[in-house]
Amino acid sequence: MQSLLLGVDRLSTWLGQLFAWLIVALTLMISWEVFSRYVLNEPHDWALDAQIMMYGTLFMMAGAYTLAKNGHVRGDVLYGFFMPRTQATLDLILYFIFFMPGVVAMTWAGWNFASESAAIRESTFSATPLPVYPFKFMIPLAGGMLLLQGVVEIVRCLLCIRDGAWPSREQDVEEVDVDKLKAMVHVKDEDIYGLDKYVAPPDRLAKGGTP
Amino acid sequence: MKIRKELWFGFILMALIVAGTALMLVMAPKITNGHLGLMMLALVVVAIMLGFPTAFTLMGMGMIFTWIAYEENTTKTLTLMVQSAFKVMGNDVLISIPLFVFMGYLVERANLIEKLFKSLHLAMARVPGSLAVATLFTCAVFATATGIVGAVVTLMGLLALPQMLRGGYDVRISAGTITAGGCLGILIPPSVMLIVYGATAGVSVVQLYAGAFFPGIMLAGLYVVYVVGLAMLKPHLMPPLSAADRFVPLPAMTKPIAEQISNTALPALLRALKGGRNLDVPTSHILKQLGVALLPLLLFLLATGGSWRLNTAPPDAEARADMARAAATQLSDSGGGGLQAPPGSTQDTAPAEADGLKEPPSSDTGLKEPPADTGGLKEPPADSGGVAEPSDANADVKEPPGTSSDVKEPPGAVAEPPATAPATAGTGVQEPPGASTAAVADAPAARTPATRGWWIGAGIGAVALLAFYAILSFQRLEIFKMLLSSFFPLLVLILAVLGSIVMGLATPTEAAAVGALGGFLLAVAYRQFNMTVLKESVFLTAKTSAMVCWLFVGSAIFSAAFALLGGQELVETWVMSMNLSKTEFLVLSQVIIFILGWPLEWTEIIVIFMPIFIPLLDNFGVDPLFFGLLVALNLQTAFLSPPVAMAAFYLKGVSPPHVTLNQIFAGMLPFMGIQVIAIIMLYQFPAIGLWLPSVLYSR
Repeated sequence: MQSLLLGVDRLSTWLGQLFAWLIVALTLMISWEVFSRYVLNEPHDWALDAQIMMYGTLFMMAGAYTLAKNGHVRGDVLYGFFMPRTQATLDLILYFIFFMPGVVAMTWAGWNFASESAAIRESTFSATPLPVYPFKFMIPLAGGMLLLQGVVEIVRCLLCIRDGAWPSREQDVEEVDVDKLKAMVHVKDEDIYGLDKYVAPPDRLAKGGTP
Repeated sequence: MKIRKELWFGFILMALIVAGTALMLVMAPKITNGHLGLMMLALVVVAIMLGFPTAFTLMGMGMIFTWIAYEENTTKTLTLMVQSAFKVMGNDVLISIPLFVFMGYLVERANLIEKLFKSLHLAMARVPGSLAVATLFTCAVFATATGIVGAVVTLMGLLALPQMLRGGYDVRISAGTITAGGCLGILIPPSVMLIVYGATAGVSVVQLYAGAFFPGIMLAGLYVVYVVGLAMLKPHLMPPLSAADRFVPLPAMTKPIAEQISNTALPALLRALKGGRNLDVPTSHILKQLGVALLPLLLFLLATGGSWRLNTAPPDAEARADMARAAATQLSDSGGGGLQAPPGSTQDTAPAEADGLKEPPSSDTGLKEPPADTGGLKEPPADSGGVAEPSDANADVKEPPGTSSDVKEPPGAVAEPPATAPATAGTGVQEPPGASTAAVADAPAARTPATRGWWIGAGIGAVALLAFYAILSFQRLEIFKMLLSSFFPLLVLILAVLGSIVMGLATPTEAAAVGALGGFLLAVAYRQFNMTVLKESVFLTAKTSAMVCWLFVGSAIFSAAFALLGGQELVETWVMSMNLSKTEFLVLSQVIIFILGWPLEWTEIIVIFMPIFIPLLDNFGVDPLFFGLLVALNLQTAFLSPPVAMAAFYLKGVSPPHVTLNQIFAGMLPFMGIQVIAIIMLYQFPAIGLWLPSVLYSR
């Protein structure tokens, strides 16, 4: 079971990370466009459309990846203080009330939306038209991935309710990775503990013992 | 025990909201769709507090209520749903979010912060509470460039906290400066928060950036004033640094010069260069040191040339002939003029210095001038000689080298009168001979005399530069070199990105992309760049952008549902029926936002509640730009308000075990108070925020 869950995680992650590289392309492309316009005096009318498509694709496809890494912002006032079982029960209910209807609707409607666009070979309104329909197909694609990942998350909730602990996820790069930051600025745990003598009065330290 | 308290806090809040909604529904004479809208709003707050990913909470709830609003017409609901998703995908404001985020991650990984903090705290060794002040400065610069609160607080907790504790600093003060400083990045542009607000409220991000600049600086300034004041009143909280901590080792080759000639860097280096005494120091080393020491001067010179040309640019082509005559007389005057050159130590540098200084004011004016003028500037070619046109970024960057001059320069800039009226003959006389002779030579062709403000700025700058060289010992030169490799690159990056946006040279998107490229180059230049760094930055960018942008997808549907249900009208009639004055309305709205800052994150507050507040502003004559600045300052406080302040938890994660959360919270409180003062100041003097946009965009 766990391997199946992780397999889907890996698929979402792989796809999200694949499209994540668009940010590099986007950076380079806009920088080039700036250079081209201001220095070479050669603006491209399609550049803005292409930029927007890259950005839209980037974040849509990262949706499932972010879900797989539990990275979507949550209201943290209470959630963090609940027992895992309570967390899972709440999540499970809300996945069915909010997530499933919303994402199913988006995928379904997105598919029709994109199909209509593809039927007429819709393109942008600039002098150099770019096809819009592949971009629109990102909605059902992202929605479908999200749906798949959502099912995995629901199973995770069930497992957690059964076992009383969250099933593990694969490690991924984190925004604040304390260990990495420590290594980056060459600070060791002992150094931090060593500071305690400046913080606590000596008698308390003697009593309190080592952390 | 503590857990209970937290849970109670949340449950009580939830119960209050539910009870309020129930009361409203019971009180209403007839339950309309509008009431449903308000109920949805209350429910969403409760639902978010339950901890389900907010983007999907909004999406699901929005869809359900849209369906109700459309009288259960599924087709219309689906269309609205996909339209709102597509709207976010094609949003040309939000596109800069991934780019700024990417830039932040790259800069963070360039690992400048260690050097930055060290150089700043050495540079400020003599300021009372120097470590705390240096912490605030480091945070402000680094947080601005990266915008990642968690990382900045953690890093400063690792770097600054040990130093401060070892230096005998009070735990609370240390924790307070780190957390407060780390949060500055979300206010000082380029910040993602302002983009999110701009995208939600339909306010130009460019104007928001221009507007938030001074309030951000003001807030940082207030923090510094507080820390310095406290250090002077209660030195036991922040004892001065010991001599050992202030010690700056000199490189082996510099030592003999410092010991045998003089410790004042500039004259000593010049004399060492002239030879005479052979100190066994290779000339190349001396030249290198001299080069670094002369950098501020060089930059001033470059800037002056450019700014002088901007300042004295001819108003238009027709006026040239007259100008030529006027200038000709001026030239003859200036022949005898060099006398007022400051009595510097070395004759040949002094007059040049006089020039160097003017740059800040005039670069300002130049930018304000209509394009016609700018065109004029390019005309006189060759004549410029060594006086290259500096880029804006350059011009700005030079201010810091004159450390002490930092403070003095802005007034000069302000004093600059907008019109380039010809100055009196008396002013013209001061034309320094040295570097600008070339420029003078072309003056007869087209130049107008420089304005008085320019000369005032020049004078202040000259004094500052002289003072700088007077105190520039070899130790300070070493510090200056450290600053040069840590502080200035970041400052250049920030100012270049910000400057090009605010001055209208580039859209925020373009500036963000170039900034990301700059961050990339920074990482390469500091040898921190490798494939792992790039990969991590790319993946983190994708996750963070997805988090913010999916929130927009959810809130687009949610806001549409709210509008369809007519919740907006209900809120509007309700607010109007309270007969609030403008002040009362502003206070009420800020208090509501402040309270919401406890259970919700800033992203949620902006995307859910701003669409409700913004339409109300018109009724009270409030500028959405001004409101945005207030909101941004206000949401800052949410990062520091216990018990949910995330900055505190990041710091706790890396502090020694005996530092308690309560100590950290206690340390944050004064800074929270300062934030409230800053909000009140901004409210009392809206010009703090609105002056720059009004000058730049004539709003």
